[in-house]
Amino acid sequence: MRVVIEVQELRKAYGSRVAVDGVSFEVYEGEIFGMVGPNGAGKTTTIECIEGLRQPDSGRIRVLGMDPGRQGRALRARIGIQLQEGALSHRLRVEEALWLFTAFYPRPLDPETLLQRLGLAEHRRKAFDQLSGGLKQRLFIALALIGNPEILFLDELTTGLDPHARRAMWDLVQEIRAEGRTVFLTTHYMEEAERLCDRVAIIDRGRLVALDTPENLIRSLGAEQRVIFTRDTAFDPSFLTDLPGVSRVEAIGERVVIYGRGDSLVGRVVEAMAARGMALRDMRVERPTLEDVYLALTGRPMETPGQEILPASNSGRSR
Amino acid sequence: MNAMRALIRLTWIEIRMYLREPVAAFFTFAFAPMMLILFGSIFGNQPNPLYGGRGMVDVSVPAYLGVIIATVGLISAPIGTATAREFKVLKRFRATPLPTWMYMAANILMYYLVTLLGGIALVIVGRWLFHMRFDGNPLWVWAGFTLSTLAFIALGILIAAVVPTARTAQAVGMIAAFSMMALGGAWVPREMLPSSVLQIARWLPLTHVVTMMRGLWAGASPGDHMGDIGFLLVVLIASALLTIRAFRWE
Ligand SMILES: Nc1ncnc2c1ncn2[C@@H]1O[C@H](COP(=O)(O)OP(=O)(O)OP(=O)(O)O)[C@@H](O)[C@H]1O
Ligand SMILES: [Mg+2]
Repeated sequence: MRVVIEVQELRKAYGSRVAVDGVSFEVYEGEIFGMVGPNGAGKTTTIECIEGLRQPDSGRIRVLGMDPGRQGRALRARIGIQLQEGALSHRLRVEEALWLFTAFYPRPLDPETLLQRLGLAEHRRKAFDQLSGGLKQRLFIALALIGNPEILFLDELTTGLDPHARRAMWDLVQEIRAEGRTVFLTTHYMEEAERLCDRVAIIDRGRLVALDTPENLIRSLGAEQRVIFTRDTAFDPSFLTDLPGVSRVEAIGERVVIYGRGDSLVGRVVEAMAARGMALRDMRVERPTLEDVYLALTGRPMETPGQEILPASNSGRSR
Repeated sequence: MNAMRALIRLTWIEIRMYLREPVAAFFTFAFAPMMLILFGSIFGNQPNPLYGGRGMVDVSVPAYLGVIIATVGLISAPIGTATAREFKVLKRFRATPLPTWMYMAANILMYYLVTLLGGIALVIVGRWLFHMRFDGNPLWVWAGFTLSTLAFIALGILIAAVVPTARTAQAVGMIAAFSMMALGGAWVPREMLPSSVLQIARWLPLTHVVTMMRGLWAGASPGDHMGDIGFLLVVLIASALLTIRAFRWE
């Protein structure tokens, strides 16, 4: 796998406030790489050092073999950037913005195709300040893509979007990756990182605390899953305790919770119930999530950002 | 990237953005012609010994060019630049391969061109409604106008570079513009200003713009205005150098 981004011992402080404190990692060609962490963790500082928009205090960065600090402009011809905080002239129209930005790149994509693809075609004559948050984000993605980039940087792409718009963004990011582009994104939604990213770097107070695939991160926790269903009150579930992998069974009123480990846990429970001719009503499985990984690594829950839309669960989530 | 094409396209877009701001467009293109029509219809344009045998309109047009130059340079340019920085528009441009100098060049060119258009509108009104006299060399007048405009744009961008917010840029720019217009002989011809005011006004760049433009308009050669030209060149170069040192993109 070709390394397209290489970061070694990156450090950056603002006055006495250390924002990034010795971070090292690599990003491979064609992957969706996510950097996740709470507000102020140092995500934007890291990504903007990689983009050549901020100068690190120390450390070595290479992007597509270039030094962003010295070859920033040449680099930015080959990458696409969506900023956490970016704006356009409030009276600039969507189509004008694309027309303008095509002039900045050596091999731009066709603006018309991008407008269609991002669902901006019917908003083409709208001025920037008439666009909703979701449309603004789509326009910024269009502007990040217009230069036909090899790497796309997305800083908090979905913050402030409703769940529907967020899912649409996830699909779009997958599509962009399928075209062979590398995607580097930041988010403070653990769920987003878990669902979207091939590999996730968890960053906390300027330090990298973990880096792996979401599955491996969760598995490394060794935490239990829970199988939950509703029973007829006459039913005694205690026999389930004997199943391999099950550590304990709780029955409270109508609710039964089975705690255990292993990929085949659910299958065993379902089989055992079926063997006794009993139905599993309202069954759901709760697995540990990245949220739990974060909690385990840092000793505190991810602080919930102001405009949290998806309910953040500390304990797990049904699938 | 084709540099020339990027520069032209960005300049063109910036001009359109400027024209879409009703207040800026009004003060650049309509305000000075309206004042000329108002005072011209009250006082007429009869030759007057006070103005060396010229009429009120004849001396007002070059002075009002200074009004347009100061309005665009000291009000539009600082507000526009500081607003673009505050709202992260500059940052969005910096995240492209566009060289930062080219962004600046396109904006300077835009402010220059809208000032020029405003000046042309004023001259057309003066000529057409009041048969304004013009005894100068058009080339020298254009050169003087260009020097003055560039010096004021540089000063305006310097204001944006040193103030923290768009609001302060607006306040500083307006105070500078209005005090220079009032004291520098742009609104009220210098012949009517007390000598104490003229003493202070010597240190204001707009005074030199108005004096030079009136002179060139009436047929003086650039050699007669070396002091004004030198003063404006110093303003231009000093502002540009200080801006390069102080400018922040975020
Ligand atoms: N330009 C700056 N000047 C001073 N301090 C800054 C600056 N940018 C960031 N910081 C500080 O550095 C730390 C890291 O900020 P950064 O923006 O990199 O975090 P982040 O992970 O992107 O946070 P968020 O999720 O809120 O976007 C924070 O404490 C922040 O206050
Ligand atoms: Mg951030």
